[in-house]
Amino acid sequence: MKVTIKKEDYEKLLEHAKSERPNEACGLVAGKDVDGERHIEKVYLLTNIDHTNEHFTIDPKEQLASIKDMRKEGLTPLGNWHSHPESPSRPSEEDKRLANDSRASYLILSLEDSENPVLNAFHIEGSDGEKTVRKEELIIV
Amino acid sequence: MKIKVAGETKEVKDGLTLTELIENEQVENPEYVTVSINEEFLERAQIAETVLKEGDDIEFLYFMGGGR
Repeated sequence: MKVTIKKEDYEKLLEHAKSERPNEACGLVAGKDVDGERHIEKVYLLTNIDHTNEHFTIDPKEQLASIKDMRKEGLTPLGNWHSHPESPSRPSEEDKRLANDSRASYLILSLEDSENPVLNAFHIEGSDGEKTVRKEELIIV
Repeated sequence: MKIKVAGETKEVKDGLTLTELIENEQVENPEYVTVSINEEFLERAQIAETVLKEGDDIEFLYFMGGGR
């Protein structure tokens, strides 16, 4: 799977993630899914109701409002994103356990090295204990 | 009766339960899905006892969370 994100949207994620430190930041991504290529056209910066540097939970009310906004704008929900303020850009065991939508792309923005942030996208599928993770090709355009 | 599921209007049988709708819609990993009806979020215990009504607007949202 190839996923593209506009530079300005990447910068929105980065700025928000930095402003939320030390806590994890999170949100949703939406756009178009064309012939197996996903083009992110809008990013949603949502509230992490856990307010910690160890976990995130997207505010379900904001999640619902975002889904409705996507429909209004003719966009497809493509997945979610969250930051790892102090760890690498890869799904943690908890990320894998709580990734239950195999249609979603899971974007993880690492600020572990704040001078060199890393954004990756992953596909996660399967049931508890048998999750498989595949890194997607993410291109900032 | 007519209900709305994820923004799409559907004709379903009268008295359809939420559990039946979840099965009909083949919701993946339903134990991790949060349900809202008419923008009100249901507690997990309410899912099994909910009978849908004409005009209900149902959304299935995956719990989205994780950790470092």
